[in-house]
Amino acid sequence: MIEAQAPRPQDVLPPPVERYTILGWMYRNLFSSWFNALLTFAAVALVYAIGKPLLTWTFSQARWEVVSVNIRLLMAGQYPVAELWRVWLCVHLLAVLGGLSWGVWVRGYRLVGLIVLAAPLGLAAALQGGPARIHLVAAAIVALVAYVLGRVAGRRIQRTLITLWIVYLPLVLLIVNGIGRETDPLRLVSSNLWGGLLLTLLLTAVGILVSFPLGILLALGRRSQLPIIRWSSIAYIELVRGVPLVTILFMAQIMLPLFLPAEIKIDRVVRAMVGIILFTAAYQAENIRGGLQAIPPGQFDAAKAIGLSGIQSMVLIIMPQALRNVIPVLVGQFIALYKDTSLVAIVGLLDLLGIAKSIVSQPQFIGLQREAYLFVTLIYWFLSYFMAHLSQRLEVALGVGER
Amino acid sequence: MAVETPRAAPMIVCRDVHKWYGHFHALRGVDMEVNKGEVIVIFGPSGSGKSTFIRTLNRLEEHQRGQILVDGVELSNDVRNIERVRMETGMVFQQFNLFPHLTVMQNVTLAPLWVRHWPKARAEKTAVELLARVGIPEQADKYPGQLSGGQQQRVAIARALAMQPKIMLFDEPTSALDPEMIKEVLESMIALAKSGMTMLVVTHEMGFARAVADRMYFFDEGVIVESGTPKEIFEAPKEARTRLFLSQILTH
Repeated sequence: MIEAQAPRPQDVLPPPVERYTILGWMYRNLFSSWFNALLTFAAVALVYAIGKPLLTWTFSQARWEVVSVNIRLLMAGQYPVAELWRVWLCVHLLAVLGGLSWGVWVRGYRLVGLIVLAAPLGLAAALQGGPARIHLVAAAIVALVAYVLGRVAGRRIQRTLITLWIVYLPLVLLIVNGIGRETDPLRLVSSNLWGGLLLTLLLTAVGILVSFPLGILLALGRRSQLPIIRWSSIAYIELVRGVPLVTILFMAQIMLPLFLPAEIKIDRVVRAMVGIILFTAAYQAENIRGGLQAIPPGQFDAAKAIGLSGIQSMVLIIMPQALRNVIPVLVGQFIALYKDTSLVAIVGLLDLLGIAKSIVSQPQFIGLQREAYLFVTLIYWFLSYFMAHLSQRLEVALGVGER
Repeated sequence: MAVETPRAAPMIVCRDVHKWYGHFHALRGVDMEVNKGEVIVIFGPSGSGKSTFIRTLNRLEEHQRGQILVDGVELSNDVRNIERVRMETGMVFQQFNLFPHLTVMQNVTLAPLWVRHWPKARAEKTAVELLARVGIPEQADKYPGQLSGGQQQRVAIARALAMQPKIMLFDEPTSALDPEMIKEVLESMIALAKSGMTMLVVTHEMGFARAVADRMYFFDEGVIVESGTPKEIFEAPKEARTRLFLSQILTH
């Protein structure tokens, strides 16, 4: 092997350090030319012109009671008050899992963590009181304790944690839906009564978790050697992508019962879920196919040459790389799904936006649309941004673009 | 049936192997026999079918006529036969083809764990030994993208050896490497050849051929134009095409 010649000491120099004073930084970045200075002043003026009335309105004119009075409707719809503890139970379980995961995997990012924690506390502060306030504070404390426990336990509990996440959604569906008769402690709550953020989140979570594997299968189907599988995958994908989601939601409400025997009754929430899943799966299939196309043929050769079976090379070699390549588009699609769940209001389900709409149409809240919709907007934005942040974290953790 | 003389069966037998890509006749009747422990060097101009040929030996390419037997197993559409042959043959590619999302250690242990179903401890022990053998014991926890081309190719050799193959196929293993890295890869290959491994090497590294090859095959336009020992090929090539090609690659 060829040894690199040792560089002489005077050749090895530290990189040049750039030091700025605040004024120096401002000069460089904001006022480097007369045109730049002009842009800076224009931008400041614009921010002022928009910001001032917005802040004045938010803190002195807006009547936020439309939100605080209706917070239960916005959060859980018409879910029976006596059964609300079940929803809270799910929130606390989420706090446990979220806190543990943050402690085990994320560790740093204290600022983002604090913002996530501040959200329930801020909401609690804004409420007039009642059990919700206690629950929110409790959830924040639970999350914090779980975070500390997660940090202490570290990677040892990784597997347990993954298992818990896998069980979480079915468990939530079970708790929210309930089993058994009127008299049982966990009595059935008809999905007609689910609503608000609860419904939005359930539609989103089920939509993501079911459409993703379906999308993988469709993407593989489209590349299959078997003509029947390939053609039916193509037909499905192109058919669904050619139709607006609203149409699919209507079809799911009206047509789905036609395909099923008369004695099977599917409730409207499940029908909407099916619509969203079928829609998203088609798009994700194309996203995933894009990731598969980017895998060099040499990877398939190498996987075959070392003796892996077709399924093994797909699961161990090809899919991990393909999915990693398309994390941004996959998450983008999931964020779109989350926001698209608001379309179920059109088929009569009262999700977050649907509830907001029905609240502001009541006589005592007339003229308070801005407050209600702004609140809803904030909630949508908060979770969308959180998903985007997680996706970036995931990219860094998986070394996208580096290896 | 007549009693045959007790002689070890050849590791690889090819009889009249043909391959088409669409209308293009890429392999036009290739015959070859390779005995255990032999080192074969295959060379020829690009497009001569040498890479295609070596890829038919573990069925990365399908041959459409003729017969290929690897360690007594005939390559056909029978998936079990293909899997058996692939377990016994290791392959090293021009572009390394390491799995970029796995560490060096995971690259090397993957096949033993999933195909041979070895316990993890055994697979890792073997991997450590192999990485030491190709001269990069300290890189086990890195990702392929963090290594130089020469190091990646040596990991690829270790990965192929991890399955303890009877035959090693090399498809232009040094063509994508910088000159100073060619040497380190060739050293690993020469050591492997001297250990008694049956090897088929597609390469233009004539120094390597001179040092360890038992026989050389010159491919052109899908046929074997000439074969012989390195001495025969270098000192007294019979065919004009071989002479011309050798003069081109040896003078430059």
